[in-house]
Amino acid sequence: MQHITNMKKDKILISHGSGGKLMYSLIENIFLKNFKNEIIEKLTDSAVIEFDEFELCFTTDSYTVDPIFFNGGDIGKLSICGTINDLSVMGAIPLYLSSGFIIEEGFDMDLLEKITKSMKKISDITRVKIVTGDTKVVEKGKVDKIFINTSGIGIKDKNLKIGIENIKVGDVVIINGSIGEHGLAVLLSRNIFNIKSNIKSDCAPLNKLINEIIEIGGIKFMRDPTRGGVSATLNEIVKNQKFGILIYEDKIPIKKEVLSMCEILGFDPLNIANEGKVIVICEKKVSEKIIEKMKKNKYGKDAKIIGEIVKEPEGKVILKTITGSIRIVDAPIGEQFPRIC
Amino acid sequence: MKYIQEYRKPEIQKRIIEEIQKYGFKLRKKINIMEVCGTHTMAIGKYGIRKVMPENINLISGPGCPVCVTPSNYMDKAIELSKIKDVILTTFGDMMKVPGSYSSLERERSKGSKIFVVYSPFDALQIAEKNKSKKIIFLSVGFETTTPSIAQTLKIAKAKKIENFFILCGNKIMPPTMEFLLKEKDTEIDGFICPGHVSTVIGTEPYKKIVEKYNIPCVISGFEPVDILYTIYLILKCIIEGKAEVINEYKRTVREKGNPKAREVINEVFDLCDTEWRGIGLIENSGFKLKEEFSQFDAERKFKINITYSKEKTGCICGEILKGKKKPFDCPLFEKVCNPENPLGPCMVSSEGTCAAYYKYEKR
Repeated sequence: MQHITNMKKDKILISHGSGGKLMYSLIENIFLKNFKNEIIEKLTDSAVIEFDEFELCFTTDSYTVDPIFFNGGDIGKLSICGTINDLSVMGAIPLYLSSGFIIEEGFDMDLLEKITKSMKKISDITRVKIVTGDTKVVEKGKVDKIFINTSGIGIKDKNLKIGIENIKVGDVVIINGSIGEHGLAVLLSRNIFNIKSNIKSDCAPLNKLINEIIEIGGIKFMRDPTRGGVSATLNEIVKNQKFGILIYEDKIPIKKEVLSMCEILGFDPLNIANEGKVIVICEKKVSEKIIEKMKKNKYGKDAKIIGEIVKEPEGKVILKTITGSIRIVDAPIGEQFPRIC
Repeated sequence: MKYIQEYRKPEIQKRIIEEIQKYGFKLRKKINIMEVCGTHTMAIGKYGIRKVMPENINLISGPGCPVCVTPSNYMDKAIELSKIKDVILTTFGDMMKVPGSYSSLERERSKGSKIFVVYSPFDALQIAEKNKSKKIIFLSVGFETTTPSIAQTLKIAKAKKIENFFILCGNKIMPPTMEFLLKEKDTEIDGFICPGHVSTVIGTEPYKKIVEKYNIPCVISGFEPVDILYTIYLILKCIIEGKAEVINEYKRTVREKGNPKAREVINEVFDLCDTEWRGIGLIENSGFKLKEEFSQFDAERKFKINITYSKEKTGCICGEILKGKKKPFDCPLFEKVCNPENPLGPCMVSSEGTCAAYYKYEKR
């Protein structure tokens, strides 16, 4: 039996990059072990560095999505939205971004321009400037078309307390709209299934929406449910905590096309990546106000309360099914489908 | 959305559950109902159906996942084949993590073996047509549902005279195994939830033999919660009324005669043979082998691999679980040592395996 355990350790598997449990073991056993310090060990979406007057949030993300153009977006738009969202969910106002390109020899100049324009468009809309960059070109076949890395900084009000430690039993779980669209849109853009569909990626910058709801107050925690979907994010929240999360199957917003496609392909929408969604945990008394506010923003029209923080079972996510029963929602493991972001 | 939402309506589910509760009370004794399809296993977990059953109604999972019942020896052969120069192995994604005796396809791929995940055997054939200098081997596993498309692929390959396409045949059929389980001394099965997909091909006929010989109800079921609950209700109704019959609950898909065309294609390409089921053993006439006319596609014959080291894992009770005699919670390895990140037994490795379903939806 031993050889099976060891085999996970010799080589990097695709599953190690899929945002699931294997990736967490990689982070813990390799990166955190070597890089350990008081900032990185918190494993938050952005690092938080304290200054006298404010907190500086700093984050980085690399984008390898395949295909680079998909229904609802492209690698450029994704690389800007993703990093802006990682800063926003910390409660920070995103300010500046960097962009690093790794390009395969022979890549079309036109496409590079198209990708860059799409980055510029989001940067303009969000007023987050791209202020520095880097370009590397590698021999044909050494990278697949183009990979982009973006880093970002933002500042956060010191008095704004957002963190898992603030969550209490009775708090409410909100999502700003329907789930599962990004992962499916990318997958279907690969044309491997020969299925035509109108599913569009939800890829969107959420800084404005988040800023608007923060003003209401009462927000305990936020995270964007990207790789591994809602189930991975909720499981990250409850891990090692003295509370659990209960969600209701009939309350989770899912578009019809997404549900049908999941039936055909055998996926659970809860496990599929989103790129324009945020999970908000807040005090119950402000929940209706937050929903109301979200609904006024174009990225929050289908916002809904999908669950609540419960005392038991500790450290677990449970789902009230449409059968009226209760079951566990586990974090997805390993390769869902690689290179969706 | 037709045929999904209608079969998920909470108020209908509630009514059926109430009727099942009444029957449970009436019966008083313990009733074991077995499903033999991985998709049923998953649906029961996903909707939490086990938890809404009366205490005396016990839902048990049989060998319904084709990946779970694929023996170590088959995986060892696949791994050896993947190491041959110029071979591209093509497989359904579920097979990637299945442990062989010493390795898995996922591990071999990270070491450099050419292994591609495909969604259909036709895709594998296309890879063969596009890569004439390579030898493309498709890992052919699955029950009656999957086998016709593989047979059809081979017919096309033959007609097009494609010479670089092969299969490693591990296909199986369900009814002989249901009978095998009924013959086992210590299995007590009071009714079968019959596989919906398999039945679209084989129809209702093969279950009649089981009903007559063993006097237990067989109900062919769809996969939505209303389907499964209603199937359980029908099985209990049969038991209470002292009747044993084949009932087709999944009429919107399953015809009485099944799909004769699909069976015809299977019969053109494959013959029945005895085959090994992981954890259960050799079952007479429960598998497929290529007919002589199609033997040119047989990877085993072409590449003459000889595996002598195969062994099944020790300490794992997957065999007992596949027979429905034990539950995953009874296994000392479950959750702690054997889990989806580090699967030891086949019931954990496949996403439709019994242990994977319990881990995913019901772990304590």
